[in-house]
Amino acid sequence: MPTVTRWYLKSSFLYLLAAVGVGVWLALRGLAPVPAFLAFVQPVYVHLFLVGWVTQLIFGVVYWLFPPPREGDRHDAVWWATFILLNIGLLLRVVAEPAATPRPGSVWGWLLVLSALLQWAAALGFAYTTWPRARRRGRYSHERRQQAEES
Amino acid sequence: MPPLSIWYTRVATVHLLTGFTIGALMLANKGVAFAPWLWRLRPAHMELLLLGWLVQFAMGVAFWIVPRRWEQPRRGNVIGARIALVLLNAGVVLVVLGSLVQDLPALTAVGRLLELLAALAFVSHIWPRVVGREG
Amino acid sequence: MPPLTRWYVRTALLYLFAALVLGVLRAARVIWQIPGAGVDALYLHLFMVGWITQFIFGFAYWMFPVFSREAPRRSPRLGRVVYVLLNGAILLRALALPVRSLSEGVDWQWVELLSTALLLVACLLFVVNTWGRVRGR
Repeated sequence: MPTVTRWYLKSSFLYLLAAVGVGVWLALRGLAPVPAFLAFVQPVYVHLFLVGWVTQLIFGVVYWLFPPPREGDRHDAVWWATFILLNIGLLLRVVAEPAATPRPGSVWGWLLVLSALLQWAAALGFAYTTWPRARRRGRYSHERRQQAEES
Repeated sequence: MPPLSIWYTRVATVHLLTGFTIGALMLANKGVAFAPWLWRLRPAHMELLLLGWLVQFAMGVAFWIVPRRWEQPRRGNVIGARIALVLLNAGVVLVVLGSLVQDLPALTAVGRLLELLAALAFVSHIWPRVVGREG
Repeated sequence: MPPLTRWYVRTALLYLFAALVLGVLRAARVIWQIPGAGVDALYLHLFMVGWITQFIFGFAYWMFPVFSREAPRRSPRLGRVVYVLLNGAILLRALALPVRSLSEGVDWQWVELLSTALLLVACLLFVVNTWGRVRGR
């Protein structure tokens, strides 16, 4: 399993635990005293789960399992950039959303804008690197054999 | 990777991009309100990412990697998986349209029904392939 | 594909089916008399935990690199415990969410808390059993 994949997968495991931990905290509402900002944490819980855990794990598995690109370059720099953008974007959301929701337009609000931009850029990076790798591996080896015979 | 999985994963990637774009606009709008109407796109955002991205991508990868049979055709009868691709995407598009056009709630219901039929079609294909090495 | 993965994948497909049936019912407003918040939360829960998380757990147990020659999938027993805890958590929550939205009884909140706590333990044990398999050759 390549290093890039390991970083994606292990981070996704941490987000899974964080998401479910937040879920336990949310379930305490009405049973125990909880901080007021918890009222704005529900979207954070869902996105920790679906972006941090599920989507990040899928990204890591794609790098590992999908056929290599025809030209042989996996664009590792883009994969690392995607990893950093996704994680900084998501962590910014975790911090800024509960603070920004009651006060849009504050510094927290602008951090939320930055978080949105970073996560969107991560999706672009994933699409850019994955699109050419969703392909038949057979054609790849066939072309290589053909090239080897010609040269 | 078989051609059908290529279709599944590429279309799922398009849904991912569309869903993330809408999500990013909504999130930015939450931080600095510039277009309150963006909130109406929330059902479309959820549909594109839950069904269009996650379900579709999982189906594409499952069709590719779940064990194949020893004899031909190795993936068995693939008609269910082909039908599922068409029904799922038709369903997602209808639900998204239904969430945007307030006067036509039937669109959402029909779209959801198509998604359910897509899942049934896919399960009819994949269920017999969820087997051990012994087949 | 090991037997445990078959259980995970087949159960995940059943939850996908259940979530989509709920989606149709929501859209058709067949269950309109039930307050929307509980049903929406149940739909999302069946989707996020019952379907996709369960599918990933099964896939990881099968496909991730072996832990060691003696214990290729680390602890199959722990894998089975995770399966039971995960599905216990899903079923408890599936029971608690709609009922809670109908009656404001505090008892159901305890059931919901118990379900979430079970889910946390299941995820912790999954990570313990899988972390060491996320490695190179």
